[in-house]
Amino acid sequence: MPDSFATADPPGEFDGPMISLRNLRVSYTGREILHGITFDVQRGETLVILGGSGSGKSTLLRTLVGLERPTSGEVWIRGKNFAAISEAQRDEIRKHLGMSFQGGALFGSMTVGQNVALPLVEHTKLEPSTVEIMVRLKLDQVGLSGFEDFLPSQLSGGMKKRAAVARALAMDPEILFFDEPSAGLDPIIAAGIDQLILELKKAFRMTIIVVTHELASAFLIADRMVLINKGDVIAFGTTEEMKNSKHPKVRQFLDRVPEPAVAQELDYLQMLTEPSTKTGEGRQGKSR
Amino acid sequence: MEFFSKVGASVEESLGYVGELTTLAGQAAYFTFVAPLRGKPVRFQRAVSQAMEAGVRALPILSLITFFIGLILALQAAYELRRFGAVSFVANAVALSMTRELGPLITAVIVIGRSGSAFAAELGTMKVSEEIDALETMAINPVGFLVAPKFVAMLIMLPCLTIWANFMGILGGSLFGVAQADFTFWRYILASLDALFLRDVITGLVKSVMFGATITAVGCLEGLKTTGGAEQVGRSTTRAVVMSIFLVILVDLVFTMLFYFLGEH
Repeated sequence: MPDSFATADPPGEFDGPMISLRNLRVSYTGREILHGITFDVQRGETLVILGGSGSGKSTLLRTLVGLERPTSGEVWIRGKNFAAISEAQRDEIRKHLGMSFQGGALFGSMTVGQNVALPLVEHTKLEPSTVEIMVRLKLDQVGLSGFEDFLPSQLSGGMKKRAAVARALAMDPEILFFDEPSAGLDPIIAAGIDQLILELKKAFRMTIIVVTHELASAFLIADRMVLINKGDVIAFGTTEEMKNSKHPKVRQFLDRVPEPAVAQELDYLQMLTEPSTKTGEGRQGKSR
Repeated sequence: MEFFSKVGASVEESLGYVGELTTLAGQAAYFTFVAPLRGKPVRFQRAVSQAMEAGVRALPILSLITFFIGLILALQAAYELRRFGAVSFVANAVALSMTRELGPLITAVIVIGRSGSAFAAELGTMKVSEEIDALETMAINPVGFLVAPKFVAMLIMLPCLTIWANFMGILGGSLFGVAQADFTFWRYILASLDALFLRDVITGLVKSVMFGATITAVGCLEGLKTTGGAEQVGRSTTRAVVMSIFLVILVDLVFTMLFYFLGEH
C-alpha cells in the first residue's frame, strides 16, 4: 500500500470545502443515531456543533475523525470520502487532523512532552533535538512552557486540556476538532480555552470544529453553527442567523427552555415545596 | 431441543472468542514481522520496558514460589517413594514434573496475576479515558503501538522465566534431597540433570511460549473490549485473569496430549 502515501495531498494544496457531509447516517448497536446529516465547512471557518445530551453531536464528531463508520452517506474530508477509502489512506488524512478530547486523553504513562512528541516521533523522521524544539513551541502556543517533564496526573484540568491541544497541534493540522472544550472547567479557565481557540484561528487560519453546549462560548468562537436534535440538523447558519432564528427548537435551545415534560415535573416539584393554598388544591386535585 | 440450541450457542460464542483472540494475535504478529518491512519499525523500547515489567520484576516472587513448589514436590514424591525404598528417585520426580509441567504452569499463573491482569487494566483504562481513540485519531494503530510490544516481551520472557522456574524448583527439591535423602547438593543436581532429556525441557518451553501468547491475547483483548467506566475496567481485569487461567490449562492439556502421542513413536 505504499502508493497511498504518494497520493496524499501536501498540506495547503486542497481548497474545496474542508469537510462536507452528504446525507450521513450512523447507527450504533442497531439504533440509528444520525438520520441523514448534510452540511459543508469551508477552510478557515470555525463551526460549532450544538446539541443537547444524546442529540448525536458527539457521534457526529467521532464520525468526522473516523472513529465511527457511517452506515450510509458520505464524509468528505479534504476532498476524500472518508467512508470509502482504505485504512492506510484514512491514516494519511488523519495526519492532517488534530483532536482534543473531552478529558484530554493524554497518555498517563508519558510526560507532557512525550505526549506532544508522540505524533512527531511516529510519523516524521525528525531528529530528537528538532522534535524537542517543536514540542517546546507547541507547549508555548498553549501557554504551558516548562511543563515538558510533568506527568499528566500532575496537571490541573485546564492545563490537561491545553496539553491535549498542544498534542493535537503537533502535526500542524489543517482541521482541529474539540470535544466539549470547556466541560468540567471553571468559567475563567473555560474562557481561557475559548481565547486559545480564537488565537489559533487567527494565527493559522485553521478550520476548527467544536462540539459544545456552552452557549456563551459557542457564540464567542463560532463563525457558523449547526444545531443537532435527535440526530437531525435543525438549523445551520451564522451566529447572527442563529440568534434571529424563529425555529421553535432553536429558540428552545438558545433561550434554555426545558422540555414540556420536564417543565411539568418542575411545576409539580414547585407545587409540593411551596406551602401555599395552591399546594393543597393541587394535592386534592390529584387524589380525585 | 432448547438444551441443544443452548449448547450450540455457547459453542458458537466460545469459538467466536477464540477467533477474536487469534485475530488480535495475528494483528500483533503483522506489526511485529510484516510492518517493519514496510518502514514501520517495532517499538523496541516499549517491548524492552514491557519485558522488564513482565519478566525481570517477576523474578523474586517467581523464585520463591517455585522453590517452595519444588520442595513440596519432593516431599510428596518421597512420601510414596520411601515405601519402595526408592527415595533417591526424588530427584528424577522433581526434575521431570517441574520441567514438563509445573515450571511452565506455575510461571504462567504468576505472570497472569502480575501481567495479564495489568494488561487488561492498562488497556481498559486507556479505552474508557479515550486514549485508544486518541491514538487512532493520531493515525497510530493501537494494536501496533500497545499490543505488539507486549506480545514480543511475553513471548521472549515466558520461556526465560520458565527456565528459571525449573531451576528454582530443582533447587527446592535439593533442599529435601540433601536434608533427608543422603544426597550432596552437587549429586542431587547431577541426578536431576541425568533424569532430564532435552525433549522434556523443550516440551515445557513450547508450552510456555503458547502460554505467553494466550495470556497476552486474553489480557489485551479484554482490555480493548472494555466499554463504560472505571467499574468495567475492574470487571475486564477479573475476566482476563479467569479466562487466562482457563485457557492456559486448556492449552496445556492440548499440548500435553500432543506430546504424549508424539512421544509414543
